[in-house]
Amino acid sequence: MKKIVELCVRNVLFVSAAVTTLAIVLIVIFLFRQGVGLFARPAVEEGFSLVVSAGNPVKKLTPQQVKLIFDGDVDNWSFLGGSHEPIEIYRWNEEIPVMNERSIAFIPTQYVSSLPGVRTVDMGRISPGDYFGGREWFPTSQPVPLFGVLPLLAGTLWVSLAAILFALPFGLAIAIYMAELAPKRIHGILKPVIELLAGIPSVVYGFFGLVVLVPLIQKSMNLPVGETAFAGAVVLAIMALPTIVTVAADALRTVPKAAREASLALGASQMQTIFRVTIPYCASGILAAVVLGIGRAVGETMAVLMVTGNAAIIPDSLFKPVRTIPATIAAELGEAPAGGAHYQALFMLGIILFFITLLISISVEIMSSRKRRQEI
Amino acid sequence: MKKMVVLLFVVIASHLYAQKIKGSDTVLPLAQKEAEIYMQVSPGILTTVTGGGSGVGILSLLEGTTDIAMSSRSLKYEERLRFKELGREVMETVIAFDALCVIVHPSNRVTALTRQQLEDIFRGKITRWSQVGGENIPVVVYVRETSSGTYEFFKETVLKHKNYMAGALSMPATGTVIQSVSQTRGAIGYVGFPYVNDKVKTLKITQNGKEYPVVRPLLLYYLRPAVSEVQSFVDFVLSDSGQQIAREMGYIEVQHEENR
Repeated sequence: MKKIVELCVRNVLFVSAAVTTLAIVLIVIFLFRQGVGLFARPAVEEGFSLVVSAGNPVKKLTPQQVKLIFDGDVDNWSFLGGSHEPIEIYRWNEEIPVMNERSIAFIPTQYVSSLPGVRTVDMGRISPGDYFGGREWFPTSQPVPLFGVLPLLAGTLWVSLAAILFALPFGLAIAIYMAELAPKRIHGILKPVIELLAGIPSVVYGFFGLVVLVPLIQKSMNLPVGETAFAGAVVLAIMALPTIVTVAADALRTVPKAAREASLALGASQMQTIFRVTIPYCASGILAAVVLGIGRAVGETMAVLMVTGNAAIIPDSLFKPVRTIPATIAAELGEAPAGGAHYQALFMLGIILFFITLLISISVEIMSSRKRRQEI
Repeated sequence: MKKMVVLLFVVIASHLYAQKIKGSDTVLPLAQKEAEIYMQVSPGILTTVTGGGSGVGILSLLEGTTDIAMSSRSLKYEERLRFKELGREVMETVIAFDALCVIVHPSNRVTALTRQQLEDIFRGKITRWSQVGGENIPVVVYVRETSSGTYEFFKETVLKHKNYMAGALSMPATGTVIQSVSQTRGAIGYVGFPYVNDKVKTLKITQNGKEYPVVRPLLLYYLRPAVSEVQSFVDFVLSDSGQQIAREMGYIEVQHEENR
């Protein structure tokens, strides 16, 4: 009987591990399948073409140039290597345009053949270089969407880095105090309070940030706008605290009593014991706390969406609005037509996010294994 | 027992045939209110109203998972093509108009802008309020997210299809636009008229000396020939009592001639 129960338990444990692994692998496969098609897509919106008169010497245009033309910022062909003529823009409004040598028109591909004397501008496909190196994120721009992830990537790393810098000293201090110094009664109050922080929904943090933190930052620093990377970093730091504190405190508690007592018996003070014996002993555990905290910060969506301003520009200080990758996915996926270029570009962002967290966990794995080797 | 089963079946069946309305979040509050009153005056008809965005509603109509699609923009060329490919004829009805208001912080001295100035502000060509007769503080531009119909509508009409500046702050919801504008001195943003409150100030927009209204139609799309339930709901919304609901909620009512 006992044996059967044991066998059952063993199988249940195995199955749950297998199912979880399978689910994770499937999610990753799904992510990649949705995202990889992006670079096979034409740069111009599907079903449409950009046409110029057949005599126009301009053969190729980059997506950035097309945006400048259609925004009216470039209004002469001479800037693009053509003749010194003003550019006439035509957008599709369900009439076939009358073209001349100066025109550029954005029309459905099926009508191209019915226009005499025109030539389709070679725009090529969406290139990885434009995607990973692009500085402009205009996913719904017509006729050519711009998917440049640099501002989003920079925004994400910038906010997360600042958040972890704020949260780490605080988090470690609280963890050390709780595990080593706090009297039982205070520990009994502090622990549930910290754990409560983890239970607050992120949208509540976002709302708190928007209504309290943002005006406060704006007034105290005399900034033109309060929705900044700084506001996001502070909110994220508060949100990452419970993770860092609980994991680090648990790590500190795994240090055997004998190690501490040996240190104290040798005449070391309590502080010396904490910083020279206890912390080095559980360094890998504390590192895990840091990584989990960073993971929380990198992937957080809702709170960041509400307080960072979401402007897709590469930030040059902490006090500028930024747009993060998770916020972009959350805000835009709802209206992006399934399977379209915008949709795939957002999944590609998900893949980037996946690689960021993968990189962090691999580097921690390497660091902690090196640590262990030194000990031996 | 048998009766119970039949009754249960009838209840389930009537739920299955409940008419569904889906789409734009801008039309949602109006459609919800209309559906609520409509269900009171014509008992026995079940109407469910859900949001999700204009594009989502139109896609659902294409796939046949909704009876009526709400939209704050007219059909795109590609969408019309897809209806044609499926051999379906689609009806468009304007149920009310929504005025977009340009809002600024209450302390802002500027009271009116021309259409061109507005375009330059949202495109990042005007960066300080002193350039349009205000204080010497930077302009902070708030827009909606790209998924919003309001974002597209403002871009098409006021900006004449040009792109917003890259540094514009984009907000996930109308409420957050109002909240942010009310607490930022140099802020400018846009929201639908029903959402305006006294924490923000609205600006008058002019073009060639005349007032420039930024008004968009709120639309319902449904397949033709319309099912009788669908037609009776649309008729109710367009009736005097239906239009009064729209007026009370801050929308502009439809003149009768426009739909006939």
